[in-house]
Amino acid sequence: MSDHTKLEVEHELEIAFQAKIDDEQKVEPKDWMPEGYRKNLIRQMSQHAHSEVIGMQPEGNWITRAPSLRRKAVLLAKVQDEAGHGLYLYSATETLGISRSQMIEALQTGTAKYASIFNYPTQTWGDMGAIGWLVDGAAICNQVSLQRTSYGPYARGMIRICKEESFHQRQGYQIMIELAHGTPAQKKMAQDSLNRFYWPSLMMFGPHDSDSAHSAKSMKWKIKRETNDDLRQKFIDQTVSQIEYLGLEHPDKALVWNEERNHYDSSDLDWDEFYSVINGNGHCNRQRIQHHIKAHEEGAWVREAMAAYKQKKQLKNATNAA
Amino acid sequence: MTTEKLELFEVFVRPKRGLDHKHVGSLHAEDKEQALEYARDVYTRRTEGISIWVVKSGDICASQEDDRESFFDPSDDKPYRHATYYPLPKEISNM
Repeated sequence: MSDHTKLEVEHELEIAFQAKIDDEQKVEPKDWMPEGYRKNLIRQMSQHAHSEVIGMQPEGNWITRAPSLRRKAVLLAKVQDEAGHGLYLYSATETLGISRSQMIEALQTGTAKYASIFNYPTQTWGDMGAIGWLVDGAAICNQVSLQRTSYGPYARGMIRICKEESFHQRQGYQIMIELAHGTPAQKKMAQDSLNRFYWPSLMMFGPHDSDSAHSAKSMKWKIKRETNDDLRQKFIDQTVSQIEYLGLEHPDKALVWNEERNHYDSSDLDWDEFYSVINGNGHCNRQRIQHHIKAHEEGAWVREAMAAYKQKKQLKNATNAA
Repeated sequence: MTTEKLELFEVFVRPKRGLDHKHVGSLHAEDKEQALEYARDVYTRRTEGISIWVVKSGDICASQEDDRESFFDPSDDKPYRHATYYPLPKEISNM
């Protein structure tokens, strides 16, 4: 086939592919797909998986210091869920032809990103409340939308994850309720956590649509179903009454209801901070990756033991068969 | 050559794009290609699906239902894994 006809065939395939997407049909692993679609998905899904895995660190920090046995059990269950969600997402990404070890390497060498929120330190127990409530809340907003993403394995993974995650936000909010309605010192702790985590939570939705490198393509291919700004607005709107109920001060002093838009108007975010953290200069970027590498290396003996055991079993089976 | 002891395959059908493959039954076949064609002939005569998986039954590793208590036990006594464990104040309607 000449290069010319090859291009023509490719073009036809792309038209058929887009028609399928426009018709709300899901794409499945063995279907033909444009290289750009595959690459875009691998980038987004692996980042999503990395976020679940790195996301265990800030909360893991408080497991041994949880204020009661019940709190400890809840936090453990939540962190355990995040590990599971990382696994679902890595596996779904592998259906696109990238290996787990390639993804881990990209994370550890910094070529792949994860949600910048996890580069903020968790300083108080109140942060466990704020993370569950705001960070998981923002993640759920995004993930609910992704249940309708065009790639079948990703969509199905999101449905499972959303179901499991339903308790994450509520347990966080419950921590906030207890602190906010507690002693003045506890209320102060809740306010401090809200103040620190509110803005980075809004940044989780990514840059403005106009500045988002991948948004337009992702929307056309229905990898993303709602834009960063729309999802962020949804989250801003729904959080207002939740802050009111806690009796805490809203961190955004410019927040005002806009009758015409039927949404809240709010302050713009500190995008310098966003890009600085994304590019590796947050409080915990180095620590998070170093910890991941350390855990991976310290687990090497388990992987070696498993391989040795498998070999031994094979040898035994071969001897028995002979 | 034996014609009596054909291999057993399990058949999974994806009813529609976007849905998981679902186990529908099994059949005998000489090899996987033949299993796929047989599965099409016997399990999708009324457009039950758009994609079929066949897997050698012997390749499936299954847990034993008799062991379910010890196998699944650790996860059933943790009500805090469910959202309903955390009552929401009635003022909050959107979480």
